[in-house]
Amino acid sequence: MTNQPQGKETTMTEIVSDQGVPVGAQPSRWSRERVVALLLDQSTLIVFVAMLVIAMLLTDRFYTFENFTNIMRQCVPLGVVSLGLLFVILTGGIDLSVGSLMAIVSVVVALSIPTYGLFGALIIGLLTGTLFGAISGALVAYFRIAPFIATLAVMTIARGAGLIISKGQPEFINDEGFNDFGIASFLGLPTTVYVLFICFAVALFLYKKTVFGRLVISIGSNEIATRFAGIRVERYKFGVYMISGFACAVAGIIASTRTGVGSPILAIGFELDAIAAVVVGGASLAGGRGRVFNTIIGALILSVISNVMNLLNIPGYHQQVVKGVIIVLAVLLESLKLRLSSRS
Amino acid sequence: MQSPAIVIEGVKKHFGGVRALSDFNLTVEKGTIHAIVGENGAGKSTLMKILSGIYTRDAGRILLDGEEVHFETPQQSREKGVGIVHQELALSPDLSVAENIFLDDLGRGTPLVDWTSINARAGQLLKSFGFPIDPRRRAGDLTVAYQQMVEITKSLAKEVNILILDEPTAVLTAPEIDLLFDNLRRLKAKGVTILYISHRLEEIFRIADGITVVKDGVTICDLDPKTCSENDIITAMVGRELKSLFPEKLPPREEPLFEIRHLTRRGVIEDINLTVHKGEIVGLAGLIGSGRTEIAECIFGFARYQHGEMVKNGRKVSVAHPADAVAQGIGLVPENRKEQGAVLAMGIDANMTMSRLGGVSRFGVIRHGHEQTLTQKLREQLRIKLGKLGDPVMSLSGGNQQKVVLAKWLNVGCDFLVFDEPTRGVDVGAKSEIYNIIHRLAEEGKGLLVISSELPEVIGLCHRVYVMADGHVAGELAGDELSEERIMSLAIPKRSIQ
Repeated sequence: MTNQPQGKETTMTEIVSDQGVPVGAQPSRWSRERVVALLLDQSTLIVFVAMLVIAMLLTDRFYTFENFTNIMRQCVPLGVVSLGLLFVILTGGIDLSVGSLMAIVSVVVALSIPTYGLFGALIIGLLTGTLFGAISGALVAYFRIAPFIATLAVMTIARGAGLIISKGQPEFINDEGFNDFGIASFLGLPTTVYVLFICFAVALFLYKKTVFGRLVISIGSNEIATRFAGIRVERYKFGVYMISGFACAVAGIIASTRTGVGSPILAIGFELDAIAAVVVGGASLAGGRGRVFNTIIGALILSVISNVMNLLNIPGYHQQVVKGVIIVLAVLLESLKLRLSSRS
Repeated sequence: MQSPAIVIEGVKKHFGGVRALSDFNLTVEKGTIHAIVGENGAGKSTLMKILSGIYTRDAGRILLDGEEVHFETPQQSREKGVGIVHQELALSPDLSVAENIFLDDLGRGTPLVDWTSINARAGQLLKSFGFPIDPRRRAGDLTVAYQQMVEITKSLAKEVNILILDEPTAVLTAPEIDLLFDNLRRLKAKGVTILYISHRLEEIFRIADGITVVKDGVTICDLDPKTCSENDIITAMVGRELKSLFPEKLPPREEPLFEIRHLTRRGVIEDINLTVHKGEIVGLAGLIGSGRTEIAECIFGFARYQHGEMVKNGRKVSVAHPADAVAQGIGLVPENRKEQGAVLAMGIDANMTMSRLGGVSRFGVIRHGHEQTLTQKLREQLRIKLGKLGDPVMSLSGGNQQKVVLAKWLNVGCDFLVFDEPTRGVDVGAKSEIYNIIHRLAEEGKGLLVISSELPEVIGLCHRVYVMADGHVAGELAGDELSEERIMSLAIPKRSIQ
């Protein structure tokens, strides 16, 4: 009964005394502690703003309206996938199948348009993504396979299936409305960006306002205690993979509207970008911690990095190295932040 | 004169505000077997961990063979010839027996493993102790008793002057115990000093040369097994005053609320029958490992059972998942609050409502206002001391955290609550408050099952107590029959009679 290591006890008491600061001793509105806390809290946003400034100094082609719309357009598939993935990561899971799901959905949509029309094809595409997500979810939640392995398997299966049904060839889409959507603008912004806005709003609503969001976070911060509270944890774990699959379908469709093809080799390696975006956005791969807004910022950070390096004519191989280094720095910053906030 | 093998003087150890050892004194002569007895949580395991270098002491002196020692790491302890057989088995199941025995020196000083020599040496060692085990077998394939033998062999693979055994017979059958005792006597003849920690008094009379009784982290007295009786030990173990922490017991009602009939979970509990009436507080006493927590796991849908049924309000209930239990109005306040009871990093309000979010939401959308009103009410009802309802549960003291767990079940409207060690790690003030809440729940006609290792708690709180031993209900006590002595004598397994 008394065998807890002493370290744990001391952190507990620290937290208690931290909360127990008398109200009269409340620091003033702009005291040093509060500013530091605010900076730590918004570190992802601050990194993003800093990057914008650096980009501006590096190249004068960055700060143009055209380039901004370009970045936003590029950012849409990554942003949508990252938002879906965020829910998986909030439960402490991972989804490696996102890139493959985008590819198979793009192929399925391209193949379905001639027979079922645009609307029917879109529905079929969304269902395909959601179904593959459900397979991952079932493997993880009900068959208790480690998320990494389950989604790795689904990733290969989906990629293979996409190559089979497309016979390894890109499938051209001859639907003007579909192809226009990817390049058109509405009220000065690329139309696809509105899709990201909608996804963001839905994700934020799920995260902040719903029973689902509450319990997903609870599972991620302590799955055992959530189970002890009589929650059917499996259902929610199943659900997050379905959400991720659906988000991949949306992203796959949007990617196809830009290129006008359904490609079985679309988004190879995309899972790494998406995980990077979520982690750069401050989420913990252990689950329970992560924010919708910061995830979008994380996706924007990755998009801006690519964009700036393209503008500077940095070769693709070098870009990969730089991206990797920046991801490491972002995660280091996050852990530093955690250490600082637990100390104060 | 030769100095004693072990001298412990005034050793103290605190964990946060909890005193595990407050004044521990022990002298053991070389080449003797010395038993340490005490209730669960008396401090026996803490002492062992100090001797093996896992914990460091806060105060006091420890002398081994007249030399003062201060172990910072398990390695230092081993170098001084202290060997330990832990209560929980610590073998790597996927390695072979020989690999486990020589795990810390597989290469014998080189980076390459010499399988032939390791297997041969392990075989020799096992044979010399009379253990019929093939050193090449995978450790995980052995039965628990054989694993225990490997564990003992492992601790003796090095030169050992002092051997500490923590409940070594918990998993052994009678002939295996005989074998173990033969080996212990042989080691003793070789001059090894043995500290023997056990609940089983009859074993202690068979093997020990001296007995030290521990209670609440203090050594109470030394007894001589040749002259004392089992009762002397029990009285020394439990003899403390009951504090008036407990409200007066009100008579329970007649109707049974919850019944367990012939519940059997293979290898863990067998043919358990128990009844909790409306308004009744029923205790479940017994030593650790006697099957108490396992019953709770069955009630709450964490474990499958092979036989038996559960009946609530006259209707058979089937519980395959904790969610089923909650739907039947069954709540569990678990043993380990930090890992099982509450989501510490989440808000107090969110923890209170999480088991019944349907009550504060519409179409899956949480209605913040409703949630605040509800949690505010629960907070007042249970008098939880907190800053803001949105603060994380970890900002609260142990007692208040426990109240948040309770609030969760009150919000669900549970009428049968199982408490597993409800006041562990809770200060006295909060303890008495939790007792009052339990009484209030009983008064409202709810049924309560309290699992506790603290005998005064069981006696002061419960109308009726089932005592568990070795997976069975060893007896049922009520009213005036409730005494620490009666409970202890039922709880101590009578294995040697077999």
